[in-house]
Amino acid sequence: MASRVYQTDAIIIKKHKFAEADRLLTLFTADHGKVRAIAKGAMRPGSKLGGNVELLTHSRLMLARGRNLDIITQAQAIETFLTLRDNLELMSCGFYLSELVDTFTEDGVEDNELFNLFLSMLRELAAAEDGERIARYFELRLLDREGYRPQLQRCANCNCELPAEVNYYSPAQGGVLCRSCGYPDMAARTISVNALKVLRFWLNSDFANASRVKINSELSRELKALLRDNVKYILEKQLKSIEWMDRLGNGDLVP
Amino acid sequence: MNPDFLPAAKPISRLIQEFNKLPGIGPKSAQRLAYHLLQSPPEKARDLAEAIIGIKENLKLCSTCLNITDTDPCFICADDSRDTTRICVVEEPIDIMPLERTRKYRGLYHVLHGVISPGDGIKPEDLHIRELLDRLSSGNVVEVIMATNPNAEGEATSLYIQRLLAPLGVKVTRLARGLPFGGDLEYADDVTLSRALDGRQEM
Repeated sequence: MASRVYQTDAIIIKKHKFAEADRLLTLFTADHGKVRAIAKGAMRPGSKLGGNVELLTHSRLMLARGRNLDIITQAQAIETFLTLRDNLELMSCGFYLSELVDTFTEDGVEDNELFNLFLSMLRELAAAEDGERIARYFELRLLDREGYRPQLQRCANCNCELPAEVNYYSPAQGGVLCRSCGYPDMAARTISVNALKVLRFWLNSDFANASRVKINSELSRELKALLRDNVKYILEKQLKSIEWMDRLGNGDLVP
Repeated sequence: MNPDFLPAAKPISRLIQEFNKLPGIGPKSAQRLAYHLLQSPPEKARDLAEAIIGIKENLKLCSTCLNITDTDPCFICADDSRDTTRICVVEEPIDIMPLERTRKYRGLYHVLHGVISPGDGIKPEDLHIRELLDRLSSGNVVEVIMATNPNAEGEATSLYIQRLLAPLGVKVTRLARGLPFGGDLEYADDVTLSRALDGRQEM
């Protein structure tokens, strides 16, 4: 029988008010996947939990198993990603990564590798000037982790060798299509030679290498549209934080 | 809970159930409150009932600061002795009370009625930010004090409003982050402590 109390590292990805001063948190943990837990009294000033269970914080937690929800009994922040908190774009990107993790994962399914990927992305984000590349890389790697690795080497439909020309990309077919398969497919979009190269390279490299690739603004736009499309196709919905990030990006601030 | 299951007269069980719906009041407290009222003089019960009805029937939002009020403008906006060149921006009406208790702030307020939360789809349009911009266009205000809660969404909201106000040339400040009085260094979180270090003051 599993012990009633357990310890794990977690990143706080979602937060709701609960009862008077409690919070209902969604955690992405290193050892137990996504967990919902209560932080009692976390909204009171001087709470021992308070800032240790804030959104986008990497904390070491002690949890007690409850019937429905676990209860956080102790919390110690390990990384608070301070620079995120003073930068609206980076913080918004952090919200977006959290929403991605929250929507892609199921409760209680352990995925230590995804935890480490997510954590390393937050570290990169805290040191970055903008979050575009981090968001794209994370989208691609998340698709891969969750079993939606796009087929990039050969045509996903006819399995032919892809010529070095503008091809097509179809989330429904799960990857790149050659011209003759992609052209009649109304749901497929074009993919440039360079975008395909970047995706292939990213899929097999860590972020340190992935960040060395030069990406101009045109290519950046293409990758953004393509990967977001793929995410949207799989989730069958648009994530809520996307609209907000786009507004920030466009400087469309006035309500 | 079905009222028929409460072993008490109908009016009492109804009251117990109503109390039970309030935050922080469990079934036992609800019973205690109900029986307490039953034993107290009728005026007391009437006062309570009128007070409860009063908040629902007579209250609206102040057309200036959007605080909850029975008069328009609210008693703070109508007070001539207050400093009209400063506006303190808070998330909820309830946040005004602790700030007023300090008796240190004599400016005006502006209530947003929420915070921006991209993950929940709460956008600037869902808050009373337009009204704040309208107030600032009069040109009389020299300082906007951001007093949103010191958490991720509160800070995001403050950063957003600061950016929105930047072109207007009005000074935007935010409340200091630091250690709570009566607290304990050992239990302070890293964000608070590092901000407290940044904001240390000469003694």
